[in-house]
Amino acid sequence: MRIAGQKLTGKLAAIYATVILITIVMLLPFAWMLSASLKLSSEVFVFPIEWIPSNPQWQNYVDIWTKIPLALFIYNTSKLTIIVTLLQLFTSSFAAYAFAKLHFPYKNALFLGYIATIAMPWQVYMVPQFLLMREFGLNNTHLALICLQAFTAFGVFLMRQFYMSIPTELCEAARIDGMNEYQIWAKIMLPLSKPALSTLTIFTFVTTWNDFLGPMIYLTKTELKTIQIGLRMFISQYSAEYGLIMAASVVALIPVLIVFLSLQRFFVEGVASSGIKG
Amino acid sequence: MANSITAAGDTPVPAKRRKVVSRRRRKVQDALIAYSFIAPNFLGFAVFTLGPILFAFVLAFMHWDGSNAMTFAGLDNFWRLFEDKAFKDAFWNTIIYTVVSVPATLACALGLAILLNQKILGRDFFRTAMFFPYVASLVAVAVVWNMIFNPEMGPVNMILYTLGLDPKNMPGWAADRHWAMVTVILFGVWKSMGYFMVIYLAGLQGINSELYEAADLDGANAWQKFLYVTVPQLGPTTFFVTVMLTIQSFKVFDQIYMITQGGPGTSTLVLVYHIYNEAFISWDLGYSSMIALVLFFLVLAVTVVQFRRQKED
Repeated sequence: MRIAGQKLTGKLAAIYATVILITIVMLLPFAWMLSASLKLSSEVFVFPIEWIPSNPQWQNYVDIWTKIPLALFIYNTSKLTIIVTLLQLFTSSFAAYAFAKLHFPYKNALFLGYIATIAMPWQVYMVPQFLLMREFGLNNTHLALICLQAFTAFGVFLMRQFYMSIPTELCEAARIDGMNEYQIWAKIMLPLSKPALSTLTIFTFVTTWNDFLGPMIYLTKTELKTIQIGLRMFISQYSAEYGLIMAASVVALIPVLIVFLSLQRFFVEGVASSGIKG
Repeated sequence: MANSITAAGDTPVPAKRRKVVSRRRRKVQDALIAYSFIAPNFLGFAVFTLGPILFAFVLAFMHWDGSNAMTFAGLDNFWRLFEDKAFKDAFWNTIIYTVVSVPATLACALGLAILLNQKILGRDFFRTAMFFPYVASLVAVAVVWNMIFNPEMGPVNMILYTLGLDPKNMPGWAADRHWAMVTVILFGVWKSMGYFMVIYLAGLQGINSELYEAADLDGANAWQKFLYVTVPQLGPTTFFVTVMLTIQSFKVFDQIYMITQGGPGTSTLVLVYHIYNEAFISWDLGYSSMIALVLFFLVLAVTVVQFRRQKED
């Protein structure tokens, strides 16, 4: 017997067995979640586990939309995520172009400002940042979360590293052809930097979508909440409604799953290259 | 500057001088264009990141409850660290979390990477599956984790029970002060090992295959090849992964908030949790910033080590 062009040996069988076993363990919580989301709360903890419910409660997926404003939470999160991601892509690639290809006074000092904060945990300055936002009257607004997530040192750094690898001669040739710097950025640098832009998109999307502490600090009004803290609120309000909690959790996972699966090739490449560059 | 520009326009000047002036004007113009590229990001970054960072250092030496006047505290907040038992617990719990979860995650990630670097059928599917917990919403997976590890009804303890474990010795997981940290660490390892596996996969693909061929000629077995080729060749990757994991562990919060709320007692209270409590529960903003500075210096120490090491390479 041959698998993937290799002879099935004892060693190969052992590798397959291990890989499959680990995959099952990794995915088991998701399978359990999906299964529990179709059960009555009283059935969720029945043992031995009935993986495929004999009497699936599709009603759970109907009820969650009325028990909590789940649609509103998803709308809020999508809005925040899209705005933050677009702002991040635009301002980071824009600034990175200057840092990579232009000459100007205090370039190194300004870039050092970014580098010095890249390893600074947000948790170190989250309190003063909150006080500042409160001073601006921004607590309990989505604008606060946009401001704190859209201008990261990480984005500028990632884009700059990529632009450094694009030959400067390309920009010079474009200048000779009469393009100005903004045109060079828009017509030459942006199209060439798709891999870096995809990586930044995915990182920003996942971070913003899954952010918990930020929205928890800033958003206390129910109608402003994101899916993460909305889900958390639901869990504490209906702590015994296991079936419903699981159904809401499945719904919260779906958008990230879709984005992840459609862009995963870029994601894996992006993570890998961030590791190589260190 | 402005004078010389008008001078260049109004009165006839020698050609050489005119050239100097226009070059200078050109330089100013170039700089302005460059600044216009940086401005949108830098303004936001300066106001919402740099400003608060500077403010954090000031706030650590102040007394403030957020509404009354701020007063200068000198080193009060600093001395308080030594009397605060919760801080001591939070500090050591953070260290324990780091010391256990960093090597555990690293070993799992490396093991997975080696397994999934083999030519096997469905490799991409397996890699994606391992990576998925990393991107999955934390709130959703944490609530599942709590249910699966529920001490009375959860499937994990049910399985242990059917395997013959005495109900009296059953681990209480998140509800038990001896097991709470284990539960949180298991969760952290499960969630992030896929991410570091991908970094290791990139490292493995960078190893020259001739090294393995040479080892084969020398009659090395699989274990020897792992020990004398793979591990040394992955040195830089391992170092990078260790630094990233360490920093990530120092700032752990979300998963603890969701699985144990820092408890039972203070058994899983960590630094960021203590910062959060002091700031947003007690409104002791100065003291919370002092704890934040401790976190900052921990991360700084790791970063400096990384920087030194990179310079050596």
